[in-house]
Amino acid sequence: MSHDDDHGNGSELSEMTLRVRALETILTEKGYVNPSVLDLIVETYEKKIGPHNGAKVVAKAWSDPEFKSALLADATKAANTLGYSVGDHLVAVENTPTLHNMVVCTLCSCYPSDLLGLPPVWYKSAPYRSRAVKDPRGVLKELGVSVPSGTHIRVWDSTAETRFLVLPMRPAGTDGWDEERLASLVTRDSMIGTGLAKAPEQGSP
Amino acid sequence: MNGIHDMGGMDGFGKVEPEANEPVFHAPWEGRVIAIMRAMGRIGAWNLDMFRDARERQPAAFYLTASYYKSWERSIETLLLSQGLASNDELEVGRSLDSAKPLNRPALTAQDVAYAIRRGSYGRPASAAALFKVGDQVRSKNLNPTSHTRLPRYARGRIGTIEIVHGYQVFPDSSALGVGDNPQWLYTVVFGGRELWGTDADPAISVSIDAFEPYLEAA
Repeated sequence: MSHDDDHGNGSELSEMTLRVRALETILTEKGYVNPSVLDLIVETYEKKIGPHNGAKVVAKAWSDPEFKSALLADATKAANTLGYSVGDHLVAVENTPTLHNMVVCTLCSCYPSDLLGLPPVWYKSAPYRSRAVKDPRGVLKELGVSVPSGTHIRVWDSTAETRFLVLPMRPAGTDGWDEERLASLVTRDSMIGTGLAKAPEQGSP
Repeated sequence: MNGIHDMGGMDGFGKVEPEANEPVFHAPWEGRVIAIMRAMGRIGAWNLDMFRDARERQPAAFYLTASYYKSWERSIETLLLSQGLASNDELEVGRSLDSAKPLNRPALTAQDVAYAIRRGSYGRPASAAALFKVGDQVRSKNLNPTSHTRLPRYARGRIGTIEIVHGYQVFPDSSALGVGDNPQWLYTVVFGGRELWGTDADPAISVSIDAFEPYLEAA
């Protein structure tokens, strides 16, 4: 897929680079934006928010039954007790041996960014958005995720301002692990429901 | 509107192709686009639903071929023009030629960054009782407005069950038109796979949407 990227040798800027630079100049001259604040917003997206935050929330839920109940009751409130700044209307949905949850936004790109960072390109792409609601089992199979045929698949289409975070199943063989070690097993995709948590041998020692 | 953005259930788009070690942004300009979008939204240049509406109105061929942030950049330009915040001449020459139209709030400062990034709050105090409760059977209406809506085509005219009552929230169909919040009750409605996709479909799947009360009727 094209990202309208700069592929030049430095002597030529892409059309998009020029266009966005023009936009930023106009808005700065009008006093609507401050470029140094835009820098900070970009930096926050690049460095501060990301799936490592969601992984800590999941690891805590795996370790602390009270926190897990609180998370399933009101995910925004529970996540914010850990020091995050999660917006309203976050809902955590729990995977079990008989139920696999999977999140999509068929209309665009709604995603629990507060805890997972910005969505990957595939999540926003036509193939995922079109097929996740009609053939979720096929999509999972294609992504190499095996969900047993008896497991019911529940797809959550994010059509309003509610955001959904999948609470994946805790892998077997992790008894006694601390939260930090457990968090190393929690992938971004496992919190979207397009993956599973990693096996113990794939985690940090 | 029945636009190309409403993709649920379509065939023919090919495989889902994850990119290994995908960066947050694929080029620096992408980061500038999202930062501008957030910063302008937070000072009242537009609301999220107006932004979505602007993107959904892009010609289908452009929507399908432009990258995500290219499409966003075009949406920002559209809104700047429609809101009278910049002119075509200014976009052409890449600088401000006219005085700025005042917005609700001044430009964001470094202290506002967390606020700019955190999702907004769409809950509003309820001024009416909810028509439905958890467990109720409902039918989604067959609505085809030519303006913005969050009721996807694949889930129109279908019978489902109320699973969550989320509360009273800003109604995107109104908010996108810039006519105020017009809050409505919001529900998670779950549909069986066969209700949506017919008798040949996988019986062991279900799909939910979040539906505002005006999208629903008792079944």
